Amino acid sequence: MTAPLRKHGLALVTLLALAAAPFLGFGDGFALSLLSRAMILGMAAVSLSLLVGGAGLVSLGHAATMGIGAYAVVAFDAAGVNEGLIVFPAAIAAAAAYALVTGAVSLRTSGVHFIMITLAFGQMAFFTTSSFSSLGGDDGYTLYARTEWLGMRIMDNRLTFHFLCLGLLALVWAGGSLLLGSRFGRVLRAARENPQRVLAVGFQPYPYRLVAYVMAGAVGGLSGALLANATEFVSPALLSWTRSGELLFMVILGGVGQLGGAILGALAIVLLEETLSHLLVYWRLVFGPLLVLSVLFLPDGLIGAPLRLRAAFRFASPKRRNADA
Amino acid sequence: MPDPLLELHGLSKNFGALTVTSDVSLTVLPGEIHAIIGPNGAGKTTLIHQISGTLRPDRGTIRFAGQDVTALPFERRARLGLARSFQITSIVPGFTALENVALAVQARSGSSFRFLRPVATEKALNEEARAALDTVGLEQVADRTAAALSHGEKRQLELAIAIAMNPRLLLLDEPLAGAGPEETERLIGILHGLRSRYGILLVEHDMQAVFALADRISVLVYGRVIVTGTVDEIRGHPEVRTAYLGEDALA
Repeated sequence: MTAPLRKHGLALVTLLALAAAPFLGFGDGFALSLLSRAMILGMAAVSLSLLVGGAGLVSLGHAATMGIGAYAVVAFDAAGVNEGLIVFPAAIAAAAAYALVTGAVSLRTSGVHFIMITLAFGQMAFFTTSSFSSLGGDDGYTLYARTEWLGMRIMDNRLTFHFLCLGLLALVWAGGSLLLGSRFGRVLRAARENPQRVLAVGFQPYPYRLVAYVMAGAVGGLSGALLANATEFVSPALLSWTRSGELLFMVILGGVGQLGGAILGALAIVLLEETLSHLLVYWRLVFGPLLVLSVLFLPDGLIGAPLRLRAAFRFASPKRRNADA
Repeated sequence: MPDPLLELHGLSKNFGALTVTSDVSLTVLPGEIHAIIGPNGAGKTTLIHQISGTLRPDRGTIRFAGQDVTALPFERRARLGLARSFQITSIVPGFTALENVALAVQARSGSSFRFLRPVATEKALNEEARAALDTVGLEQVADRTAAALSHGEKRQLELAIAIAMNPRLLLLDEPLAGAGPEETERLIGILHGLRSRYGILLVEHDMQAVFALADRISVLVYGRVIVTGTVDEIRGHPEVRTAYLGEDALA
């Protein structure tokens, strides 16, 4: 197996499984809407993973970019516009602009202060959306119609929507992975590990971080616009800080080291939540400990689990280890 | 005499009531190794901080290559050709040795706002990085993760990073700190090889290394340069003996 295949194998398998799922008994409306929600959240989680794992920027306000993307769809819907070529670029641009402004301030801090300031900006966005009474305020807003593309109602078909989300998720993941391996990504990664060294060779990390922050915000906006279409309902809850925390948890559960981890994390959390809440009334009592256990025993996340298991297996069978050596 | 590469004039810095740099003036000529010695707490590292731009002096000017750089930040001075090594090794631990050096090459060759092309396959960067690793004798471990290198190798790697910046002046803050006898030997050899290619300002505790390498030596005591001179002048200077060296070092 070649190196890139080995590195991205699990993420590729997951994407293939998502492509096959509708034809393997998960083609009903319920399953498709569940999967598309997971993929959309996965997209946002991948963009957050770019910040957390790539640039070392732990944002606790990423849901705000999703919320802004979703509210852009809502605002256009209220104005009677639902042409995708207008709505989607606007949603992405709005979220990117938010990221540019808040990032320009937040990125002057680091560590715990960065976490707190991103949280504060997120809360500001949350309360702002709550006060839009024309867009439903606290109660939220039910979309009149899904976004159309050149007048065609492509997104109304659940299967088409499934593959649209999958395609965009794959694109975001592949683009993000390329980005981390590029010149730009190398500066980001180096600045995560040792900012002093990066300065010493002549780079100021700030503009690189800001560009990454804006890119992640743009993807957040895209996923928000998709989520608004998937659920046809948007409320301020989408921007709450617990949503940001959930995204962060998807990233950590999936594995911070690789963007593909965020996809696994999002899938795992959405599916687990769904399954457990059907089985048990007090499902959160099980969900919580499961998450704790996963962090304790899978420090590299789900995406690192196969390697860890292999290592454990080798450790358990010394004969094989000797043969390898 | 050629124009000095680095010229400090009347540099002063206080931390509250404590004077750490007091009216320091000195020059480094192109191709010269100028060593700064002095007892612990003399303000050597603080001086390096001010020259490299991580600390702003209260008074005085710093001219580098004919330009006043007193107000320029760290990374801008680096781009002008002022390369600094740190007392405590500063590398990117998760990168390979090659990647550490290639990052420095990248900083001076074209824009780094390039988002798609895999940087690991950029031949021009890698070749120059390998050449710098060659210079310090690390070509064998180019693909090893920096964190896995020995202490001496990390010191060498930091030198390679500085060289890869294609600098005019190397600011070396105790490059031999923590190195064993063999590693010291090797590092002195490397520094010998670098002389005349760059101006070097060397802060170092190892007296043998300083006497073996330096063209000129400045002695810093309580933030003040008490004397600047050649190796022989410094060895024989009475104030230096009492302030710093002790009788043993001169034997």
